[in-house]
Amino acid sequence: MIDLRLKGVSKSYGKNTVVKSLDMKIASGELIALLGPSGCGKTTILKIIAGLQQPDEGTVFFGSQVMNSVPAEKREAVMVFQNYLLFPFMTVEENIAFGLKMRRTDKAVIKERVNEILALIRMEGMGRRKPSELSGGQKQRVALARALVLRPQLLLLDEPLSNLDAHLRDEMRELILRVHREFQVTTVFVTHDQEEAVLLADRIALIFEGNLHQFAPVRDFYERPQSERVASFFGNSNFLKGFCSGQAVETELGAFKTPLTGENESGRTVSLMIRPEHIIPGKGEDNSFLCPIRSKIYMGSFIRYRIEVGEGLWDVIDGPEARKGYEEGESAWFTFPPHMIWLV
Amino acid sequence: MTVLKRIILLGLVIGVILPMIPLFVWAFSGSWFYPSLLPQSLSLRSWSYVFHPGSRILEALFNSFFIAASVTILSLIVGVPAGKAIGMYRFKGKTIVEIILLSPALIPSMTVTMGMQVLFIRYGLSETLMGVILVHLIPTIPYMTVSMSAVFSHFDISFEEQARSLGAKSLSTFRHVTLPAVFPGMVVGAMFSFLISWGQYVLTLMVGGGRIVTLPLLLYSFAVSGDNSLVGALSLVFIIPSLVILVLSSRFLTGESSGMGGFGGV
Ligand SMILES: Nc1ncnc2c1ncn2[C@@H]1O[C@H](COP(=O)(O)OP(=O)(O)OP(=O)(O)O)[C@@H](O)[C@H]1O
Ligand SMILES: [Mg+2]
Repeated sequence: MIDLRLKGVSKSYGKNTVVKSLDMKIASGELIALLGPSGCGKTTILKIIAGLQQPDEGTVFFGSQVMNSVPAEKREAVMVFQNYLLFPFMTVEENIAFGLKMRRTDKAVIKERVNEILALIRMEGMGRRKPSELSGGQKQRVALARALVLRPQLLLLDEPLSNLDAHLRDEMRELILRVHREFQVTTVFVTHDQEEAVLLADRIALIFEGNLHQFAPVRDFYERPQSERVASFFGNSNFLKGFCSGQAVETELGAFKTPLTGENESGRTVSLMIRPEHIIPGKGEDNSFLCPIRSKIYMGSFIRYRIEVGEGLWDVIDGPEARKGYEEGESAWFTFPPHMIWLV
Repeated sequence: MTVLKRIILLGLVIGVILPMIPLFVWAFSGSWFYPSLLPQSLSLRSWSYVFHPGSRILEALFNSFFIAASVTILSLIVGVPAGKAIGMYRFKGKTIVEIILLSPALIPSMTVTMGMQVLFIRYGLSETLMGVILVHLIPTIPYMTVSMSAVFSHFDISFEEQARSLGAKSLSTFRHVTLPAVFPGMVVGAMFSFLISWGQYVLTLMVGGGRIVTLPLLLYSFAVSGDNSLVGALSLVFIIPSLVILVLSSRFLTGESSGMGGFGGV
């Protein structure tokens, strides 16, 4: 298997710059999610890696080899498109065998590998069908099989789960994980759904408008996001403007202690961030403040308070058994543990 | 059979089959004088003339066929790639290329031919089969290009990208993925190019100068001379490719053929 590196890759369509000076390094055998809202350039990046689009600037490396001038058909990278693109004139078998046929693989070997992969995607006995006779989930699986059967070095999946209903989605996700474990193939998959990225990927590359905003292990996006925008993309969070002052951040509410800032950073303006579920109702040793409770809603599996913090409103999530008998309208103590605070 | 199909069939009968009945009657008539509704006698005189080696009709038949077939192949060679480029890709100067490719269809081909004739004479193409073939390309290439660009514009370019990503070189991609998808449209385009060439009168006459004899030329001269029986027989011969193509293309256009290559029960 190979590792993949993009260095300063840019791509424009006319005046519209779709990918902006992208740097990325993906280790051999990793499962990476390219995550971002619709139109942010995910498919374009995948196509550049696959060799179906030429970058205007920058270099694509497979291992130490520069790939820019290597045509798509010679790259050991196979892309599976967003909308299956099964060849309508061919049967399922012929579709799966297509790549092997192009590689002039021996007929007997093709047959064996096709049957093997049909079993893997649990579609034995459907090899003779035409794509028009398949359900969406089956098409998606055939599209994946058509790539897998080639045992590529690099698997590029464009929204492999997007056209499936919840149940099939689980099944397909299992399949991708199983395949990834079994073949240890370096995999880059595209999604606009952060939950999907979290469930599948080792690391996530978050992209907004062609810019890579953060490329890190999944946990980092919750605990150490690089910007308010990144944090907001991954669930709910609370922010408060302030400036560093020694080992604390001065805000309109008061000084929040945090180990993240030191003397030499004093005066720097920052956004203090804490997740709703990390705030503890009640008075603690550090960072406890008296805040008016605007609302209290019982949500079944948890209770949600909305509290006034300076000018803004913060969410606080408490377990289903409220730790404190706080009621709407009163002012109460909340603790913001220093090690749960993050600065962006 | 649906109502729509019945109506279409009726239209075909009224528009295509009925006008051919007089031709039929003429073709097999012996003597036929006014005011009788049907010929006084039947005869195969015209047919024996049609197939008589000395009549030049077989020569004309061969010429017409050879010219139309060559024109079709050449139009395909130019029109398919050009139609693909215009229908599928965006590129600099596309509008100019389109205008240049289509202009022969906009400017009356006689005008163009008048000008070309000067060059043809200089290069010895005048009064040759080659010259006639070339001049027939004036209407057929734009026709083929336009119809192919329409066909290709319905083809999702991602299929080609998918094929390449799976390891297919450009030629294999075209052969295995693109061609099957555009094949029906291509066949229809080819058949109509064939017909355009097959029915050409003026252009053939101008460049062929009467030395290159094709069916329309003969038909016209017989029609002028007033031998209705012969005109009828010749017209029937002349009309055969049109009928065959009508049937075939209706199959392709209505999708009754099984995708590609299925000429079905014709
Ligand atoms: N061939 C093209 N010509 C011009 N613009 C294009 C082309 N392909 C993509 N774009 C534009 O580039 C931008 C990024 O497109 P891309 O397909 O990479 O987005 P994406 O992140 O995959 O979106 P989605 O999640 O909707 O699939 C879009 O604004 C799109 O309109
Ligand atoms: Mg996309």
